[in-house]
Amino acid sequence: MNLAAWRLAMVLLLLSATLMLLGVCIGSAGFEDLLRPLVYPQVDPAHSALASQIVLDIRLPRTIGAWTAGALLGLAGAVAQGLFRNPLADPYLLGSASGAALAVALALLAMGSASGIFGNTFSVYSGSLLVRMGLTGAAFVGAVLAVMLTLILSRGVQHTLRLLLAGVVVGVVLGAATQLVLLFSPESLQAMQSFMLGSTAFAGWAACGLMLGVWLLSVAIAWALGRVLDGLSLGETTARSLGLPVAAIRLVLIIVLAVATGTAVAQTGLIAFVGLAAPHLVRSLLSTGYRWLIVLASLMGGVLLLAADVMARWLIAPQELPVGIVTAVLGGAYLLWLMHRNAMARGTA
Amino acid sequence: MQWREGLLDMSDPTVSIALKARQLHVSLADTPVLHGIDLDIAAGQWTSIVGPNGAGKSTLLKALAGLLPTAGHVELLGQPLHSLPARTRALQLAWLGQNETTADDLKVWDVAMLGRLPHHSWLGASSPEDHAVVEQALRATHAWEWRERALGQLSAGERQRVLLARALAVKAPVLLMDEPLANLDPPHQADWLQLVLALVAQGCTVVSVLHEISMALHADTTVVMAQGRITHHGSCADEQTQRAVEQVFDHRLAIHALAGQWVAIPANN
Repeated sequence: MNLAAWRLAMVLLLLSATLMLLGVCIGSAGFEDLLRPLVYPQVDPAHSALASQIVLDIRLPRTIGAWTAGALLGLAGAVAQGLFRNPLADPYLLGSASGAALAVALALLAMGSASGIFGNTFSVYSGSLLVRMGLTGAAFVGAVLAVMLTLILSRGVQHTLRLLLAGVVVGVVLGAATQLVLLFSPESLQAMQSFMLGSTAFAGWAACGLMLGVWLLSVAIAWALGRVLDGLSLGETTARSLGLPVAAIRLVLIIVLAVATGTAVAQTGLIAFVGLAAPHLVRSLLSTGYRWLIVLASLMGGVLLLAADVMARWLIAPQELPVGIVTAVLGGAYLLWLMHRNAMARGTA
Repeated sequence: MQWREGLLDMSDPTVSIALKARQLHVSLADTPVLHGIDLDIAAGQWTSIVGPNGAGKSTLLKALAGLLPTAGHVELLGQPLHSLPARTRALQLAWLGQNETTADDLKVWDVAMLGRLPHHSWLGASSPEDHAVVEQALRATHAWEWRERALGQLSAGERQRVLLARALAVKAPVLLMDEPLANLDPPHQADWLQLVLALVAQGCTVVSVLHEISMALHADTTVVMAQGRITHHGSCADEQTQRAVEQVFDHRLAIHALAGQWVAIPANN
């Protein structure tokens, strides 16, 4: 029984619920528009129908989607940091981000030429389910393929340093390829930019369901492997002396990492910093093993992205900031503050 | 120190050799490091391994623990090491490495509890026996009072004692330690010596790589290594062993008897 961890989990869940309520209420129509017809039946039914549509079909899934995407990224960040025994590891480390970006660029290119034939315009803002599904699927497949490419280039999971370097190489090369593709399809630049910055605006109920499913599965696997990750943190030799099948464990963790990251990236684009910052924030609050670290980092990621989403919609309302910019600025600033506070506490500042 | 009574049921009393190596070759990054080692490590004894830097001591220890790809034959308690399932091996042989851990966020208690990993499934909760063993191990290395602190908050020597407790918590009949005295202050080096002697008195087999020659000469036997080969293996009280140690260090240290112990001091030539 870990009291401190339970307490933090409860606080994070409460924060999540509060932020969700806020997220649903901020905007042109809020909960009160939903409740009003119940209290005052004489209100125009058309208006309340619109309000309920806004809240239930757009804002609620978006809010839940933001939380779930953040939770996936927080989980992936904690897994990555445990896997690589490196506090600077983030979910995009194995090339998943650049793989997703390249795939989206290619999909946009393909759709662009297709729309040339059919004479209609497109963008990621398109409401067309087909376009959304196509881009989402492309991003997921791209992310997973890039991680596989990294695994092939590093010739397996035996050496974490080799994995890291292969991930860097894949990231750079696929990034260059993405730029090249964009060079040939300047009309998709804007759509691409919104993907690179990340956005929670498009998450619908289907996306929420998918992300929640993947999240639950990932949490279950990560929880089961939590003690083993603790064992890995003693060093590879010691881990193997304890009878742990290190390579198999790494492979399972990389799959969890790739699928969780790919799912989040596919729905919300490349949200910056949540995956890196969430585990650090948890660590700054308490010392715990990976079992709890992964769960708490996940809840923390959800809170971070949800908070950023609320701020992004509220700061310059009725305009909206790209949520990725908010997470980058907030996450970066907080991490920096944390770093200096810790350095000062250790007397090394 | 009443420690690990009656917990050596894994070891077969008919086996007198705990670890046996025949024609053991190891290469690291295509460079041969060990050249055909033959070695018998007696069960229920303390064997120390000494030699200059780069002699292959740590590599030999890792090879004996089955933690390196090797050519040649190693037996653990009478069974071929490489055909043993990983968990069975982990129950019979505990390992304490050097400078490995990054488990800064784990509590001392949780670190020691990781020594119990081979004893149950990863999902299973720890049993009352696990708790008793971990407490015993932490008390044996005087790390008990830090059990609620994070490993990262401890000094290097304090960490070393926690990691030693982690190795003890495995309760394996064979314990391999690579430079276990690193960062320990003299009183805790003395404590370590008492702990090892108590383990051996209870039937445990201990093998340790040591740079502290005076400490190494407290062992039952010493393996002297140079350039990937064993130059001598014999009782520490034996004159020949002591000369072999002096020789492998270029006669830059000399071994003398002092107050009933053998001590190595810098030679004045």
